[in-house]
Amino acid sequence: MATTSGPLQRAQTRLAYWLVAPATLLILLIYVLPIIVVFAASLTDYTLVSDYYEFVGLDNYRKMATDAQFGNALHNTFVFALLFLPAAFVVSLVLAIAIQERKRFRSILEIVYFLPVTSTLAAMALVWSALLDSRQGIVNGIVTSLGFAPLNFLGSEDLVLISLAAISLWSIIGFNMVLFLAGLTAIPTNLYEAAAIDGADHPIDKFLKVTWPMLGPTAMFVAITTSITAFKLFDTVAIITRGGPDKASEVYLYLAFLEGFEYFNMGYSSALSLVFILLILLFALVQAVFVDRRVHY
Amino acid sequence: MTDSLQHISSGLAHGDLAALWRRYRPRAIGSTIVTALLLLGAWIVVFPFVWMISSSMKPTNEVFDITFSIFPRTFSGFENYYSVLFEQPYLRFLLNSLIVCAGILTVQLLTAIPAAYALAKLKFRGSAILFGTVIASLTIPINVTSIPIYVGIVKAGLLDTYFAMMFPFFISVFAIFLFRQFFRAFPDSIIQAARIDGFTEIEIILRLILPSAVPAIAAFSIFSFVAHWNDLYWPLIVVQSQDKMTATLSMMQYRAPFDTDFGKTFASATVVTAPMVIAFLLARRHFIRGITMTGVKG
Repeated sequence: MATTSGPLQRAQTRLAYWLVAPATLLILLIYVLPIIVVFAASLTDYTLVSDYYEFVGLDNYRKMATDAQFGNALHNTFVFALLFLPAAFVVSLVLAIAIQERKRFRSILEIVYFLPVTSTLAAMALVWSALLDSRQGIVNGIVTSLGFAPLNFLGSEDLVLISLAAISLWSIIGFNMVLFLAGLTAIPTNLYEAAAIDGADHPIDKFLKVTWPMLGPTAMFVAITTSITAFKLFDTVAIITRGGPDKASEVYLYLAFLEGFEYFNMGYSSALSLVFILLILLFALVQAVFVDRRVHY
Repeated sequence: MTDSLQHISSGLAHGDLAALWRRYRPRAIGSTIVTALLLLGAWIVVFPFVWMISSSMKPTNEVFDITFSIFPRTFSGFENYYSVLFEQPYLRFLLNSLIVCAGILTVQLLTAIPAAYALAKLKFRGSAILFGTVIASLTIPINVTSIPIYVGIVKAGLLDTYFAMMFPFFISVFAIFLFRQFFRAFPDSIIQAARIDGFTEIEIILRLILPSAVPAIAAFSIFSFVAHWNDLYWPLIVVQSQDKMTATLSMMQYRAPFDTDFGKTFASATVVTAPMVIAFLLARRHFIRGITMTGVKG
């Protein structure tokens, strides 16, 4: 055995290199090299329009501190996330628990709530903008029939982020619900029986004593993926509001997109991209630490 | 409580009353209310689809009628869809989406499966570095690398080509990660036995590993197809002509100040979103398993 393992081992190693070669080459071209270039470009004033550029050091990063657009986009993104995240988490969890206990209608409810996840958000954004139209929209039909003045859901600076959060909520609850359902199904039923013996019979007791602690890893996963979705808000902004009215819905990625691909300020846009990834990582880290400390099982 | 009820209505047979009580005790009523709320919520969730399909079959002036009716008074479904599919280039847009999604998925599988196998089961120098790079790359969305990749594509003169539309997604580090986890669970003893029986490593991959990984491959394929069908960001950057426009990107034509023909607008929205929704309805178990296995949304 020892004598044959030598050449066999070498043949295997050679094969391994062949197997990973295409993937490695593509990872270098699609991830490693671009990240290096993004970092380098963020230190220059490169624009696609002229091939002449200069090294400007950290100027692009300094510019962010004073750039009103950057502050505005960051503010809008955080407001959107604060509106969207708690709802996307709580509504999906409540929905999953409620649906899990159903015997009748369970599969039809699952299908319907999941439907928006696979649908094309860009197309459904058109539908939402028609439903939320300030004059002819069906939602305002309901609002006025209840005796209120019609609301300019997508055209008012105060309402636009709330409306976009509602649309994003609509598109994500089915996804989070399915993840929570998987987490719930994995909880052994004898834990509930044991808790019932200990006196935890009320649904709220059961939730606090068994469901929530056991759901810890799923909850953290949902929280992190939902936050990333929040920061990556793009489609509905690009289709419905284009950052308007008056930049009230210009969120981070949309600003980075405009700077890079509409104004061709590649240097500044590169700096924005790098800060974006730091933001996402920071957010995920904070949540990981936070959830880790609170969930023990 | 039960006792007093039974006393009061002594006329009713005991069994009937117990059944009645079981049915209307507070918890059962609560459960009925929850079911009703869930159904109401489901109606709200599905309503945009109902409205879209309904509007796609109406003449323009009926779409924004004060009183919404699901069924159109004047049926223009035929002309709306005929116009979208045959007078406008929607078949071309759908085909473009299909080509791009299929191309991306094929290359992703061809590159990720061998790499994942090597990382899971073979020893070679640099495997730790490679796997570390895969994990690090998982955190990098296309939005961060889009500028250099775009500039590279411009310099290579490849803007507005299928290649440009597919290139950044040719490698899925997520697929490598997922398949590696899956392959690692495959028992080494079987692989060893196959080697002793004279199977080559390629035969082991094709005849042992691949069949066992079908669920993971199916889950990933669904995830990849849906994500790239629905992607707006990258086509928006690299597509310039109607020739290469994807179905999802075509929705940009109807931005804010609406195109005047609302019926046709929503017929095209229906055409764009229908393939993924229909696929989901036909294979919903796979979709949901795909989500729970991969846990990632586009």
